[in-house]
Amino acid sequence: MDTQIKGLVYDIRSFSVNDGPGIRKTVFLKGCPLRCSWCHNPESFSFKPLKWIKDEKTGTFSVTKTEIIGNFYTADEIVEEVVADIPFFEQSSGGITLSGGEPLSQAEFVYQVLLRSQQNGIHTCVDTSGFAPWKDMEKVAGVTDLFLYDLKLADPDLHKKHTGKDNQIIIENLMKLRFLKCDLHIRIPLVEGITDTTDNLDGLKKIIEKLPGLKRIDLLPYHTIARMKYRRLNLPYDLEEMPEYPLEKAEKILQSFGSAAEMVTVGG
Amino acid sequence: MNPRIKILREKSLKAHPSLSAERALLITEFYRDRLDASDAVPVQRAKSFEYILKNKSLYLGKDELIVGERGPHPKATPTYPEICLHSIEDLDIIHSRTKVSFFVDEKTRDAYQNIIIPFWKGKTQRARLFGAMNDEWKQAYDAGIFTEFQEQRAPGHTVAGKKIFETGMRDYISRIETIELHIQQQNPSAETQAKLAQLEAMRISAGAIIAFARRHAEALEVQIKSETDPHRQDELAEMIAICHRVPENAPRNFHEALQHYWFIHLGVITELNPWDSFCPGRLDQNLYPFYREGIERGTLTRERARELLQAFWIKFNNHPSPPKMGVTAKESNTYTDFSLINLGGLKEDGSNAVNELSFLILDVIEEMRLLQPSSMVQISKKNPDQFVKRALQITKTGFGQPSFFNTDVIIQQLLSQGKSLTDARNGGASGCVETGAFGTEAYTLSGYFNLNKVLEITLHRGINPENGKLTGLPIEKDPMDQEELYKNFEKQLQHFIDIKIKGNNIIEKLYAENLPVPFLSLIVDDCIINARDYNAGGARYNTSYIQGVGLGSITDNLSAIKKWVFDEKLLSMDELREVLSGNFEGHEKLRHRLIHDTPHWGNNDDKADRFAVDVFNSFYNSVNGRPTYRGGVFRINMLPTTCHVYFGERIGAMPDGRLAGEPLSEGISPVQGCDINGPTAVVLSAAKIDHIKTGGTLLNQKFAPEFFKNDEALQKICDYIRAWFRLDGHHIQFNVINAETLKDAQKHPEKHRDLIVRVAGYSDYFNDLGESLQNEIIKRTQHGKF
Repeated sequence: MDTQIKGLVYDIRSFSVNDGPGIRKTVFLKGCPLRCSWCHNPESFSFKPLKWIKDEKTGTFSVTKTEIIGNFYTADEIVEEVVADIPFFEQSSGGITLSGGEPLSQAEFVYQVLLRSQQNGIHTCVDTSGFAPWKDMEKVAGVTDLFLYDLKLADPDLHKKHTGKDNQIIIENLMKLRFLKCDLHIRIPLVEGITDTTDNLDGLKKIIEKLPGLKRIDLLPYHTIARMKYRRLNLPYDLEEMPEYPLEKAEKILQSFGSAAEMVTVGG
Repeated sequence: MNPRIKILREKSLKAHPSLSAERALLITEFYRDRLDASDAVPVQRAKSFEYILKNKSLYLGKDELIVGERGPHPKATPTYPEICLHSIEDLDIIHSRTKVSFFVDEKTRDAYQNIIIPFWKGKTQRARLFGAMNDEWKQAYDAGIFTEFQEQRAPGHTVAGKKIFETGMRDYISRIETIELHIQQQNPSAETQAKLAQLEAMRISAGAIIAFARRHAEALEVQIKSETDPHRQDELAEMIAICHRVPENAPRNFHEALQHYWFIHLGVITELNPWDSFCPGRLDQNLYPFYREGIERGTLTRERARELLQAFWIKFNNHPSPPKMGVTAKESNTYTDFSLINLGGLKEDGSNAVNELSFLILDVIEEMRLLQPSSMVQISKKNPDQFVKRALQITKTGFGQPSFFNTDVIIQQLLSQGKSLTDARNGGASGCVETGAFGTEAYTLSGYFNLNKVLEITLHRGINPENGKLTGLPIEKDPMDQEELYKNFEKQLQHFIDIKIKGNNIIEKLYAENLPVPFLSLIVDDCIINARDYNAGGARYNTSYIQGVGLGSITDNLSAIKKWVFDEKLLSMDELREVLSGNFEGHEKLRHRLIHDTPHWGNNDDKADRFAVDVFNSFYNSVNGRPTYRGGVFRINMLPTTCHVYFGERIGAMPDGRLAGEPLSEGISPVQGCDINGPTAVVLSAAKIDHIKTGGTLLNQKFAPEFFKNDEALQKICDYIRAWFRLDGHHIQFNVINAETLKDAQKHPEKHRDLIVRVAGYSDYFNDLGESLQNEIIKRTQHGKF
């Protein structure tokens, strides 16, 4: 087995409670083919490590440090960190989640990490935009217990407009994935005027109808925490002025999804 | 909450603690005018107890359901001059200090000036205690290496077992008489005389509390005559009957059981000022038979039980801890008197003990939202998640209670200490986190131990840098490597533990000889059978604890020395000492590196955690199993109350980057703000020490409210607790609050008067905390920012 392959990872977070069932350790992979205008992890866009300046403070004393976002890890190194949390996974039916960026863009590395995790009895989960060659998704699916699958915009043109890419491959992959044995949760970002229009929600519902026995849909209301990150990265942020997504509105949308899945939540 | 309870609660909240000279005057009168010098000491003590209960003024609040106050009215707090005599200057401080003050009126000052001080000066236990300590002990005490729990408070830390709910004072008296007969048949000797005197004292004490209850019955009989409301008349008639019946006889129903306990509680805290006060222990277990029978017979409703429990809660809140001074005030700066209600856990037969009363009491805790009593839930693997989650819903409100304890570990701790399985299963935790066999063990805390001060003295080769005096063992030269440094530390540790233990055994003897507690001895097994006092080793199990403080800080200090002095050789020991003496002035960059680039405890990083394990084991080995005067053994636990603040004040700057005088880490928690790998890493680190070897450890975790937002989230916190407990963690508690709220509370205390936060082993009003403690709580890592 080639364990020498390295993955570019920009964060590893324990006690992660919103990225799949139970208590999880989430590994964030760097690099994404999409450019969603509402993305709250702009530091994950590029497939290269990047530097940003950070003020580290001790009382009033402060040191300006250059922090490297994105380090290369072997699958072994990741699995070693993940295994430490097994007591929490076992207790809570949790496990490892690979998120991003787009984890499937580093499919071989993801495969290695998840394979090793499964061999240690750990539940595996991949949080994906679905934008990846089918052969990559299929390979990863072989070692994945659960996909958190993003559906953003139903209309191909709007999808291209707001994420930079067409959604054809995403929907095709989803339609293939439904015949594999992994579990599936759909995640829908709620961005005012972009993804929450009646047209779009109806379109997404039509896609979801084709997923009989769907376990869960999470509606993820837009939040503003990313604003500072765009400024630090010196990246333009189209949604600079957009406020937090109104919760009442999210609740109403939740109602409209009715029984599209066994469970529908706001916020995951 | 019904209107009656609302009013009683409001009254209790509004009452400002005051100091009452009543008890001090009565005990002065007794010892001055009525003492029979031919009586044995226990009999003298019993008679003084009887005299106080006979003559103290009674308080009957309007619409009360449970009666009895230690002072003349709620929050009027007595003093105990036979232990610790306050000077006029002390009274001024107690009256005017900004935190934990007690109102002292002119009459009280006069009584002290003219009667109490002249009689007790030089005759207190405190004077005896300090007089009996050698220079070595005094130097270490003055240096802040340890504190002494018994210098202002009597030995306590005992909890009611279920027996007291099944036994009346008359039953105790007949047991005493049986034992007396048995002893009288033996050849008379000094020993049999002492035993008979002790039994006589116990009998007098039992009679005293019966008479005290009768006085309440009589006072209620006066009250009923002027009562016009027929409903209240019925209530009063019932209360009169109850006060005639208990504690003379065993209680027969729910209301009697609560009033019965309350009279006994008042007896314990009037006889002396034990630390902790006293505690009904496993309340849901002890009351359940009364609850069940009442519901089945139709004589009790769930609502009535709730109301009675609420009235009971108010009684605890009416009784602040007696005023503390000096080091004692610093190590435990709070009104809380550490009565910790236990819920859940296991029954004697090892099955799940959670019942519907456990849930009802959780409702009461949530509704009452009072500082006292404290509350905790015992969680065994056999207890249902529903119970954990119900408790978490209360924790979620930011009130800091209840805290969470691992029953399966508590039982293992007790078994490993040689307790029987039954006694272990009937045990729990009291005070902050202290493990005990309820009703059968005297497990006194003897004082906090400043692990980091010992390290500081080691770094200075035996010198206390605060005053330049040789305080520890002299060390000729600086260590060549970390191993040598650690060996030096271990030697100093053993040296100071030896001093502390030697002192403790003298102090235990002083209490056994001068201040027996015949009343408390009635209710703790096996003091009657042994015809020996609680303070003299009469209990079935006797344990004396030394409480280690600052595990997180010392771990980070050792980790920093290893990395920067011995591995990276960034600076020599001489240079390190110089930087520390200058409190990092001009070395801000170095300090920054020490804080940010050193492996820290609480991140599941063996580079740091190995030092925690070393220190823990050294501390354990130096203390555990050594004999006590009372015939028990010394053991360790790891908790600070507020002593990590006091100990921090006594230590200069340290290698982990902590500035001179700043608080140390508390309990076994990481240094404030240094746990950066999330809450799972914290408990993975904390699990590396063997909690089974202790009598309790304290772990504080601060969570933002988001982690408690819905049932799914609560389940994850529940799973987190369970995983920690599967790793043999002893305890965990949560501060659910955001830093913004706390900062605002500092700026606008008036807007946050109800803000209760978890401090160290108890909850306190944020406004009542000193500023440094407030800052520290704000600093504690707030997990889950995003």
